[in-house]
Amino acid sequence: MLKILKYSFYDLMRSRWSYVYFLFYLLLGFVLLFLNNDLSKAVITLMNVIIVLVPLIGTIFGVMYFYNSREFIELLLAQPLKRSSIFLGQFFGVATSLTLSLMLGLGIPFVLYGLFKSDAIWNFSLLLVTGSFLTFIFTGLAFNIALSNENKIKGFGYAVLLWLFLAVIYDGLFLLSLIIFEEYPLDTFSLAAAMANPIDLSRTLILLKLDISALLGYTGAVFKQFFGTNSGLIISFGLLLLWAILPIWSLSYKSRRKDF
Amino acid sequence: MIGITDLHKKYGKNKVLTGVDLDITNGGIYAILGPNGSGKTTLIKSVLGMVIPDAGDISVFDSSIKGKWKYRKEINYLPQIANFPNNLSVKELIQMIIDLRQKPSEEEQLISLLELEPFLDKKLSTLSGGTKQKVNIVMAFMFDSPLMILDEPTTGLDPASLIQLKELIQKEKSKGKTLLITSHIMQFVEEVADEIVYLLEGNIYFQGSIKELKEKTKEKDFEHAIAAIANYKTHA
Repeated sequence: MLKILKYSFYDLMRSRWSYVYFLFYLLLGFVLLFLNNDLSKAVITLMNVIIVLVPLIGTIFGVMYFYNSREFIELLLAQPLKRSSIFLGQFFGVATSLTLSLMLGLGIPFVLYGLFKSDAIWNFSLLLVTGSFLTFIFTGLAFNIALSNENKIKGFGYAVLLWLFLAVIYDGLFLLSLIIFEEYPLDTFSLAAAMANPIDLSRTLILLKLDISALLGYTGAVFKQFFGTNSGLIISFGLLLLWAILPIWSLSYKSRRKDF
Repeated sequence: MIGITDLHKKYGKNKVLTGVDLDITNGGIYAILGPNGSGKTTLIKSVLGMVIPDAGDISVFDSSIKGKWKYRKEINYLPQIANFPNNLSVKELIQMIIDLRQKPSEEEQLISLLELEPFLDKKLSTLSGGTKQKVNIVMAFMFDSPLMILDEPTTGLDPASLIQLKELIQKEKSKGKTLLITSHIMQFVEEVADEIVYLLEGNIYFQGSIKELKEKTKEKDFEHAIAAIANYKTHA
């Protein structure tokens, strides 16, 4: 698997898109710092961007890369290699290079701005860690979709729909249900609903860490009680990890049954 | 060397293989023939483990291949459509395959034989179909393996390269290897094949030497014999 990872990583390092992604984050980091003139504020703005964009880019890039490397996969399948290591190698190649672009692209401007001397460093690291989780989760989901759909247009469509659902529609439904069932106690429900979606989970995690949960009102207090504690933090990270592992597991399961 | 028993495979409703039994024990050149869509490539890909059969068993080198992958170390495969990762150069691709297989290889000889030197640093996406096929041939012949599977090896080759391909095939045969070849060029098959395996509607319809085939169909010409065998059932 490491060899496949090495080759797909090299392949990506030579592709223009990794650099576009990297430069985009670099630019974003500098612009945000320039406009906000304050590290903590920039981190908050950044969160909103990361929470939505990282999953989108992970999804699109994952699907695109998978379809583009079909020939490579077919070539590898005839070699003495285990199937799951071919697909997992490719997946980790893509996810690692995307994570690297994210970390370096955002890390460089913030470090230059004096991140290490500020208190925002923990918030910023949390941001990067959740960003990496989101990259792995959504690249994994995208690989699953691409593996299940021979038709590229369909695959792209499903992948974008998935992103749209988790990033936008899910929140809409969530809010709607909160309004409809206003009269009932919804603490546990909203907590569970926020945890069932990796994007919401990441957002809640960061918001609470940033100590602006007062903005969230009563629910915020409940959330704070849960996420603010150590066990809450561990559970949330456990869930993110679960979200990251499930697509990987399903990828290796599906790949063993697929014809080429 | 290869034992296939009662192999079934369908894609959706389309039954491609319906109970294929095939035994290949000796070295030599086996031509797998059949009309378009008769399941030749599916059969080959099943042996390689790229297609997972619905039912039946395949054993290569006397052990079942189900869920295994190490046996592919002893198989060289030339795929039907030479599709390669586009942003690699020829040299990088060959190096990568050597690195993945960890076996001694003689790629330099083959590269000079097929006159591929000027293309070594070119990206694969810029190569013509015939040149891609030559790269394909280099990758299939550069390792020393007892079993070789060639799916339409003649596609896109010019006459000079075709002659070289035939020589390569004969050379491998003389080493006592087993070669499975599919082709639609009957002249080529007649020249190289020791035994014919004829697939029709997902089953082996005929297996034997070219001589036996001609006797069976009462045709003197091999191409006509092959064309006749498809109608044989209805005539008989």
